[in-house]
Order: sequence, then structure tokens, then C-alpha cells
Amino acid sequence: MKNNYDVVVVGGGPGGSMAAWEAAKAGLSVCLLDKDRDIGYPVRCGEAIGDSALRRFVEPEESWIASRITGSTLVAPNGTDVHIEFANETGYILNRRIFDYDLSRYAANAGAEIYTKSFVKDLIIEDDYVRGVKLDYLGEPKEIKAKIVIGADGIASHVGNAAGLKTMVKMKDMESGIQYSVSNVDVAENKMIMYVGSNYAPGGYLWIFPKGNKFANIGLGIDGKSSRQRSAKSYLDEFMEKNFPDAAILTTMCGGIPCPSPMKSPIKNGLMLVGDAARLINPVTGGGIAAAMRSGMISGQIAADAINNNDCSEKFLNKYTKRVYKEFANNHERLFRIKETIHRLTDDELNGIADKVSAIDPSKRSLGSVFKTAVYKKPSLIIDVLRIFAGF
Amino acid sequence: MITVKENRCDYCAACVTVCPPDCIEVRESSIEINDEECINCDLCVYICPIDVLEQTNEK
Repeated sequence: MKNNYDVVVVGGGPGGSMAAWEAAKAGLSVCLLDKDRDIGYPVRCGEAIGDSALRRFVEPEESWIASRITGSTLVAPNGTDVHIEFANETGYILNRRIFDYDLSRYAANAGAEIYTKSFVKDLIIEDDYVRGVKLDYLGEPKEIKAKIVIGADGIASHVGNAAGLKTMVKMKDMESGIQYSVSNVDVAENKMIMYVGSNYAPGGYLWIFPKGNKFANIGLGIDGKSSRQRSAKSYLDEFMEKNFPDAAILTTMCGGIPCPSPMKSPIKNGLMLVGDAARLINPVTGGGIAAAMRSGMISGQIAADAINNNDCSEKFLNKYTKRVYKEFANNHERLFRIKETIHRLTDDELNGIADKVSAIDPSKRSLGSVFKTAVYKKPSLIIDVLRIFAGF
Repeated sequence: MITVKENRCDYCAACVTVCPPDCIEVRESSIEINDEECINCDLCVYICPIDVLEQTNEK
């Protein structure tokens, strides 16, 4: 570990690895720091991503893919289910542990240095510029200088907080999440199932993402308001007891899922935040892999651009913010408004939507036919919701 | 004050994200709350998915 790099990336998830990979490919000296013992572990994720989203960055490796998803089923509070086959998209449930590891290897093979057990708790700030990081490396304090710091340090983002960016998330926009990776469950291997409604997951949803061979991720998120009354765990345990009493829970993982509107300006002089740290998460689904990878990739490119131009000012780095918004964060703002509408729907309204859609012949149940047949008062919303969950 | 059931914690840092004074530090396998800075708002207690944190009302 040197004392000086062009770029220091904090966090070795998909966002951090993409940033490090991209910056290293551009010829910069790059150091990636992760607080944990392993890159990619522990996994805190449902692990779902669409083929086209993933393929934008990398050719998917077989070892990353636990299962291929060809459709999704939404279950309403009264148990009515609505299944939609994806028209021209395949989804994947990934093995994030392998996937994250491989992405960091791509970064390493392009020349990035990677260090684990490196907990970054503060920044070096001089003349109003972020000039590096202060970390605890294997129990020893250390400082590393950098022309640019990329904060990919997830929901807690100490980097963002140290830079003075508003990282606190309002309770109403925070989801309290828990997931079990379970074995001995009989679930279809090629469809994901989402349950909505106050009995399953108030202010969020419950998911079953199959990983093949009677193995699945089963988890849920409830909004901060609901989690005041009852813990996320109590909802998941109730569901498991009722539906999968014989399941063996091989992994329990918790997580906060920040679902606010994206951060307006996730930059400072010498600093860019990516992925969860910048609140770049699909606010309806809580999915964040693609947004992290995309913002990570853009940040690496802009870092190279800034350093080559000898200008790491916030003004220059605003190119990053602009591209992120143009490429997907504007859409996240729209999704945030949709989320607010969905969360206002009562169980009765959700049941009503499901009943109308389930009346359509399943073989004709394309998004188009649903659109034409939907007679409920909010047809456009149904389409939005289905589209979001189907990954279109 | 907030007490932590350390052996129950998954170190997911959901609590850190909602803490107004940012006084919780979560690492790979440790969690610490700075009692001096804590404002006893209990948001961390509420957001925790698995009831790790508890308000014991001893200021």
C-alpha cells in the first residue's frame, strides 16, 4: 500500500469495483479499500438483475448465475396472483459472492491495488478539497492521499458524511430489510414472486427469488413507518412459518434499503459518491446493482477525465452528476414519485388491481393486453408497476 | 440510552443511515454507539430489522 494514488475507491461492491476497473483501464493509479475481510461477503442483496442491464458492463459468466428468470408473479393481499412472462428480457438471480469477487478481479487485473480490512472513517480535506482518506488498516491508523476519492461505501457512507453531504435518510424513505437464503423449498426455478400488502410487508414487498435446486432467497422490506410497530424479522418469520415450515435457513442477512429520491449532487471538490452511497437505487424495487455499476463506471471515466485535465473541482465533476442523471437518475426520480403513489394504495385497492388483471387470459397477458384491458381507475400505474418489476 | 444486543447484530448499518447525529459506528463485526452524541430519538431502534437495539431509558 502506497501513500499516494491518483484515485482511492472506498468500498469493494459492484459500484466500487466498476469505478476502480474503469479508472485503472484509463491508466490511473488506483487503490480500492474494503472494510471487510472479503470482497463480496457478506452479501446483503436479493441478487436480482436483468440480462441487458448486466450485459451493458460485462459478458455474464456462468458461475455468477444461480438461476434464469423468465417471468414474475405479483401476489395481492388476498392471495390473487398475477403472472407476467417477460417479453424479451431474461433476469438473473446472481451468486453475488462470486460475482463481486470476479468484478474486483477485473479491476485488479487492470492494475488496481485492492486492500481488505481497510475501514475508511474520515477524509483528508485541505483547502476545501478532498485530498485523500484516513483509515484503519489492520488495526493501524493510516492516511492515503489521492487526487480523487470515490465513495462506494454503501448505505452508511462515512465518506459522504465526512465530506458534508447529506447522507441521513428519512425514516419514511428507508426500508428495513431482512432475507433468508433457504434450502428445501419447492419453488419454480424460473420465476420470481413478489407479495404486496400490509399482511406481507407494509410499505414494501416480500420476494421469493429462486436460486435453483430447492434453494431460494426469501426476504422482505418494510418502510420505516411500519418498522416502528413490528420488526421486519417478525413479518418474514410469520411468512416462513405459514408457507415454508420445513425450510432450512442457511443464511440470515439484514440490511437497510434507502429508497429516497437520488442525492441531488453526490460530489464535492475531489469526491464522487456512487451506488447506494449516492442513494442511486431503484426506489420501487430497491434494486441497486445496475445503478451502482453504472454510476461506478461513469465515476471512473470522469475521474480520468478530471485528472487528465488537472481539474478535480466540484464544477468539473458535475459532469459525473449530469451523466448519472441523464442516463438513469432522472428515471429514478420518476420512480420515486410512483413509489409514493404505490405506498398510498390500500390492500383493497391492490386486490382490485390484481382481480382485474387476473381476469385476462394468461396466454394473452402481455403488458399491452393488460394495458388495453385494465379498467381500474389507475391503469397507467398498473403498467408502471408491472414494467418496473419486469425490468423493462 | 440505547443498548445493543451485540451477539444478535448482523452489522448491516441500517441504524447508521437513519441516525441524525451520525453517532453509530458499524464495522465488519462491531457496533458502537457514542452515548455523548446520542439524542435518544430511538430511530435506530425502530429501523433495525432484527431488534438488536433497545432504549433502556437510563440517560
